[in-house]
This record gives sequence, C-alpha cells and structure tokens, in this order.
Amino acid sequence: MQVTMTVNGNEVSEEIEPRHLLVHFIRDQLGLTGTHWGCDTSNCGTCVVLIDGEPTKSCTTLAAMTGGHEVTTVEGLEVDNVLDPVQEGFMQCHGLQCGFCTPGMMLTARALLDSNPNPSEDVIREAISGQICRCTGYSTIVRSIQWAAEHESAVSIGSPA
Amino acid sequence: MTTTEPAPTEAEERPVGFGRLLRKEDPRLIRGMGKFVDDIQMPGMLHLAILRSPMAHAKIVSIDKSAAEAHPKVVAVITGEDLAEQGLAWMPTLSNDVQAVLATDKVRFQHQEVAFVVAEDRYSARDALELIEVDYEWIDPVVDVRSAMDADTPVIRDDLEGKTDNHIFDWETGDEAATNAIFESADVVVSEEIIYPRVHPAPMETCGCVADVERVSGQLTLWSTTQAPHAHRTVYALVAGLPEHKIRVIAPDIGGGFGNKVPIYPGYVCAIVASLVIGKPVKWMEDRTENLVSTGFARDYVMQGEIAATKDGKILAVRTNVLADHGAFNGVAAPTKYPAGFFGVFTGSYDLEAAYCKMQAVYTNKAPGGVAYACSFRITEAVYLIERIVDCLAYELEMDPAELRLKNFIQPDQFPYESKTGWVYDSGDYEPAMRLAMEMAGYDELRREQAEKREKGELMGIGISFFTEAVGAGPRKDMDILGLGMADGCELRIHPTGKAVVRLSVKTQGQGHETTFAQIVAEEIGIPPEDIEVIHGDTDNTPFGLGTYGSRSTPVSGAAAALVTRKVRDKAQIIASGMLEVSVADLEWVKGSFHVKGDPSKSVTIQDIAMKAHGAGDLPEGIEGGLEAQICYNPENLTYPFGAYICVVDIDPGTAVVKVRRFIAVDDCGTQINPMIIEGQVHGGLADGVGMAMMEMIAFDEDGNCLGGSLMDYLIPTALETPDWETGHTVTPSPHHPIGAKGIGESATVGSPPAVVNAIVDALKPYGIRHADMPLTPSRVWETMRGNHTPPI
Repeated sequence: MQVTMTVNGNEVSEEIEPRHLLVHFIRDQLGLTGTHWGCDTSNCGTCVVLIDGEPTKSCTTLAAMTGGHEVTTVEGLEVDNVLDPVQEGFMQCHGLQCGFCTPGMMLTARALLDSNPNPSEDVIREAISGQICRCTGYSTIVRSIQWAAEHESAVSIGSPA
Repeated sequence: MTTTEPAPTEAEERPVGFGRLLRKEDPRLIRGMGKFVDDIQMPGMLHLAILRSPMAHAKIVSIDKSAAEAHPKVVAVITGEDLAEQGLAWMPTLSNDVQAVLATDKVRFQHQEVAFVVAEDRYSARDALELIEVDYEWIDPVVDVRSAMDADTPVIRDDLEGKTDNHIFDWETGDEAATNAIFESADVVVSEEIIYPRVHPAPMETCGCVADVERVSGQLTLWSTTQAPHAHRTVYALVAGLPEHKIRVIAPDIGGGFGNKVPIYPGYVCAIVASLVIGKPVKWMEDRTENLVSTGFARDYVMQGEIAATKDGKILAVRTNVLADHGAFNGVAAPTKYPAGFFGVFTGSYDLEAAYCKMQAVYTNKAPGGVAYACSFRITEAVYLIERIVDCLAYELEMDPAELRLKNFIQPDQFPYESKTGWVYDSGDYEPAMRLAMEMAGYDELRREQAEKREKGELMGIGISFFTEAVGAGPRKDMDILGLGMADGCELRIHPTGKAVVRLSVKTQGQGHETTFAQIVAEEIGIPPEDIEVIHGDTDNTPFGLGTYGSRSTPVSGAAAALVTRKVRDKAQIIASGMLEVSVADLEWVKGSFHVKGDPSKSVTIQDIAMKAHGAGDLPEGIEGGLEAQICYNPENLTYPFGAYICVVDIDPGTAVVKVRRFIAVDDCGTQINPMIIEGQVHGGLADGVGMAMMEMIAFDEDGNCLGGSLMDYLIPTALETPDWETGHTVTPSPHHPIGAKGIGESATVGSPPAVVNAIVDALKPYGIRHADMPLTPSRVWETMRGNHTPPI
C-alpha cells in the first residue's frame, strides 16, 4: 500500500506493507536512524517521535496509521543549523551518556515545553516517565529540560566541544 | 580535600586538562547522528533471526526446516547439526567452559538458540522462524539452585565428558580455622541468609552485529555491540579458525553496555557464519525479549552471611557460604584465577581479624552469564553482603549503623592495607567521606524526624552503605581472560600542526571516553582537548587491549594514556633542547611549553615542537623525526575507589509502596578528570541501585520459564521512582596510578543497593524486621510487614 505523510516538514510518499511499524519505516525506508528502537512493548520510549506534535511510540504505531499526519523526528529538531534549546540543554547539563534514549527524551521535552513553557520538576518527571534511560538516572535530563525552558527564547548554535 | 559537587553552570571556560568540560560525543548524539549497529545499512545486506527453545530442558528429536527454506525471501536456514558439520556448533565461554552456538543434542535453557534464518528483510526472517518445526522431548529442568546438586537431579551438562552432576566449581578464600575460632568465642554472632537475585543489565540498545565477509580476500568486518573489540577478535580467531589479521571488529556507538556487551553471544557467531557461507553482509539484532532472556545476566548468589563482634561493636570476623547459580553454561566474564570474580573483597571497608568464604557454583537450566550489570566482577554481591550483615549487627547491638561503621573503618595510616583475604587496598580515608555524607544528609535531624514519625505510626527509613571497590583489572601476573593479559595499549600521535590523535583499546558505551581521554592527554601535554581526537572501538585502528568493563578504563587505559603522553613529552623535551640550544636538564615544563630555566622568555610550545619534529632541519643526535609513541600498560595493582551513601525512604503503611525521598552519595574515585561526567556516572548507578533493590528481578517458574522476558515484566526505574540525587566527593588519589585516578563507572551500582535495602529494612524496624530480600516490591514489602517474608529464590 501507499502511504503519504509529512516528515520533518517534507512530504514523503512510499510503498509499504500494511504491517510495517512506523519505527522501521522511519529508520529503514526513510533512512532517518536517529529514531531508535529499544523494546517491543511501548515501555522504553526510545522510539518516541512526534505525530502532529504529540509524543508517540513509533514501535507500536503502524506506518499506515500515520498517513496524512505530520511526523517530527530528532533530525527535525535542528532548523537551519540552529539547535533546539532542548538539544543545547542536553549538552549543557550532561543529559545524555550513551545517547540511545536521547532522541525520544528530547522530543518528549519539546512537546512538553510547547504546551507548558515553564514546567515544574514534578511535571517534567511525569512527562518523561514513559521513557527509560539506563545511564543518567534522570536528574540531568530534568536539568536539561529546565535549561531549555529557561533558554527557549535564546537562539543558540550548537558548538561541538 | 573534601568538597561538595558544584551545581552545573553553563559556559564555563574550557579546561586544558582536568575539569568540567562538555562532551565531544554530544553534538552528534543530540542530532540523532550517532552511528549504532542497527543503523548500518549495506548493499545486499541480509537479516538474521534466531529460533529459540520454548522449553528449559528438552531433547531435540527432530527439526524440519523445509517450509522455512521454501519461503520466497529466505536465503538460508541453519540448524545446530549444520554447524556441527563445520565444527562450529560449540564455542568457548569467557570462563573456559563451552556454550552451544546452536543446540544440537538438547536445549539447556528456555530461549536457547536452536536455529537461524537468513532472509532478505527483517520481517521475512521472523516470519520464517514460525515455519520451522522442532520436535522436543521434555526433560525435567533444574530450576531451584538449592537442589541442583541433589543426587537424583538431571545432569544438565551431559555434553561434558564424564559429567555426573551439576557442579561447576568450589572456591574458598580467607582463613577458615582462624575465622571459626573467632566465631566460637565472640560476644555476638549474627547470621542471615542474604540473597542477591538474578538481574539483567538491559541496556537500551540490545545486542547485535553486522558481519561482512569478503569472499575473495576472506576479510571479516564485524560491526558489533561489544565492550571489548580486541578480546572478541581474538576469540573469533580461535573459534572460527579465521586468521586474526583478517578480522576487523568495529564497535561503533554503543547504546549502553553495563557488562551485557562483554560476552560473545551465539548470535554474533551465527551472523559471521551466515556471511561466510552466503557471501553477503548479514545483520543480527536481538529484540528486547531475546536480550532479557538469553544474554548475560548478573548476580544470582545465595549467601549465608555471618558476622562476629564484641558487644560494644568491634567487628571481629565475617564468614560466608555462597551458592552461585551460573545457568546452563559457565559464561562468567572474570579473570581466569578468579572464578568468583573479586568477591574476595567481602570484608568491605572494615579492619577485621579474620574472614572466610566458601562458595559452590552450579549449573541450572537458566541462561548463562553471571558477571554483568556494572558489578566490578562480583564486588556488587560482596558489598551487598557485608553492608547488609553489618546492618543486621547494628540491629542486634541496638547501635546506630553509622556509628558502627565509623568504629570499624580501616584507618588512613593503615594504607596500603592488606585485607584478611589478601587484597591490598591502595589508599583510603573513609571517615571524612562518611562524615560528609552524614552532614549533607543532616543525619541527626533525619533520625529525630524518624523517631517522631515512628511515634505517629509512620514508616520512614534511613539506610547507609559504605563501600570499597577493587577495580582496574588487572596486573598481568595475576589476571587474564582466556589467557589474554588484562593490559591496555595506547598510542598517541602529534601531527605537524600540533593537533593530536590518541588511540585506545577500551571502548565507551556512554562513559564519555572521547572527552575524558582527550582531557588526560591535554593535562599531560597542554594541547587543548578540542585539538585531540580520540579513536577507539576499531581493532584495525587501535592498539590491543582488553576493553571496557569492571570500571577498568580509567585505571588501566587512563594510565596508559597518561604514560604514553609523558613518553611523547620526553621526546618533545629533547627536540626542544635542540630548538632552544640548551641541555635537556635546563628545560622546565609549564603545561603546553618548555621554558629555559630562569629565562621564561625563551620557550617553545608543544605545537612548535611538533612542527619541528616533522619539519626540515636537523634534530638532536639520535632522535628520529615524528612525535608519537605507543605503550602497553600493565597495572601494578588494582585501584580502590570508595564511597558513603545514605538513602531516605518513606513507606505507605496502607499500600507498602516505598518512596525514595532522598539519596546522598559521596564518592571518592581519586583524582577527578571531569566532575560532570563523574556525577553522571554516579547518578546512573544510583538509579540501578533503586531498580535492583525495589523492582528488578529475572525470575523463573518451576518449569524454567523466564518470567522477566519483557520490560512489562522486568521493571526498570523511571524518572518517577528516582529522586533528585545529591552527590559529593572526597579526593584520595591512588598512589600507583600515574594521575591518581581510580575509576568511577560502577561505584554507585555497587554501593547503592544496600543503602536502599537498609533504608527499607530500617523503616520496617517497628515490625521487628532485621532483613528482607530484594526486590522489595510493594507486594514483598507488604508480606514482610505481615511476617510473611519469603526468599525470592
């Protein structure tokens, strides 16, 4: 079957099997490997992408269900060489170690800040509670999101260390 | 020096050397531009999926693969028998046992590898698994570790010649007679069965690989989720008979390891065989269930702990009898002479008169493994034992657990300290760390609050643990894995323009080596970290060494990086003496340049020297051009990081739900390279501790079915179960490490479980509870409160 959707602002139209999971469609067919896969059961959240701005686990979403919708992956966070403040926050506050859960965490953070520009620590923890990080113990992820909230208006260009 | 960790601030100056420095890894990872194994796509690449046994113990009667082979997208279906024809059905484990790549005679644990399919895409490969018909004949499984050695128990490893029972090894350490004598005459003896259940590292990225064998040259390139690429290369050479110079193992970005990516798994071997036979690249990636049910688990020790003391709280001796469940194959990754890893440090941080441990390890019908999950070679179990039994003693003596520990610490003037089991602790200063943790926690105030709450029937607990680790394996006179000495190489090249590349034998899985190793080189030679490229995880492009696990990167490879840089600097000094026309002895090193003593205006920078080393004109006599060096570092001793942890919990008496309210961690890992990264390493380990203490367990039913086969069953802490960590540090450098660093990767995973359990048990003191086994889930806490505590295994 044919599916057409918008991914990171670009319209894509591809032939898929009806059973194809969105995570595999994004990774294997579109080659956007920043979206990772970590479990089969919607528990780990490393596969989170935004569908029409809502954090969604792409390992339990059929690509076919996404037809006509707007998908944002980690590759869509940086626009015209300007990092999203969430990306900058994760670098500044050591919000990542292995980096595997990071794309999903950052997208959830983006959606949270879009709806709540100044979330409390408890609200941040609740927002990312559907996602697992095995490296950081979460405190630095919380700080990263707080950093982003404080710097939302700032335009920053990510500078490699 | 005792300080607390400063809160992170932004835009600090970038240090040329040690200090808080943002990570070099992050710019690619936050853009989703990391390169993980499953991200690798190659033209014509095929996909491999593994058929696993539904039973824990069964004879394989027959396998019919014809329907799978007929699937239009299937390229090959391979069984154990097929592998046996090539002599590849079995492979060595890291403990000199053998493990089936694919089962031939019988299956020995649920989800053991039975056959594999190679197909054009990942969906078809998994479809075809369902077309393979296997006829099994049930054999009673050995699930209960306590009955594994009973006379009428089925023999699991009948593949081993002459094997008539499920015994693996007996091991002992310490002085049995001296220990027993103390126990016989001691004022107070406390005994408790203390269980460390089976848990799993469960890194977010599962294990997998892409194998590509070039048909003409025979060159194998293996992109693999490995923490030890060089060791794996050698084992592949030994297993498959491939010439080692034709094997290139590449560990690209790794999505967490925690020990899970140390062993060689059947899937890697299957992918190599498949590529070899088919002549195309083959990818194998586990799904989450496969990761949890078949790859390296951790712990699974039943420990009978005993402690002897005077009535005023002087600890005299510790004795323990351990039953170790190693699963169906002895796949423990530990140095050859240490079948129980470094469990011998179970004497902890205390100055004892005697200690003795006796251990028996057995086979059961469970997945193989045993050393994983950031355990520092079984130190996790050892620390849990001593820190739990010390709390049991405090309970019996009605003594404050902090006071009891302070009374028994090894004193600063006793270092280097030889423990009663023969471990030489390099350095330590325990009391300041303990005092700092107590000060940060507001310990006395917490105890007052607890007393008030108890009056009102509220359940609040304060748990302490104080741990000493032994990391950085290890001195080659004592330590090897499969005959490979546990040393690490390092190579440093300074390019003509003064930029550098350093090549490591260890491999980050998130620890930040690309940053911290650049900082080590920067500290030693004054080149800014941004001008230093760290190359690792590629056997063709790095010197040999045993990889990253057991917190060994900084103690071993970090030492190698410092020493290779000093070697380069020594050569630079000779070149500088020629440039400045003075003798070598007349030069003084100020980070980044050599000055003429007494005349700082005459100086050359390391960048000047690098250009001279590669440039025109003569160099001092006997000096070759270029500015590079390579070394292989053999550590003189292990390093002994330590820490003091305090956990505060509240328990809802109506639901038995435990809330970790606070967690204070003071760590001493010697010299600090990057405090930001150290803090991150500690945080991650603390979350592990909360998980193991309260949530995580790989359990089995009586038929040997694994009950922890998904993240719905195997629970891992989220941001809701973990508090905002409070960290601090003291600095007691290692005397034998070139920069005084000790390693930090596993400290918190080792130290935190007893703190959490001690806190929960402390909260339950009004119920007369002295001990309860992990995982302390609400239901297990509920039962414990009602006097119905049962061991988890």
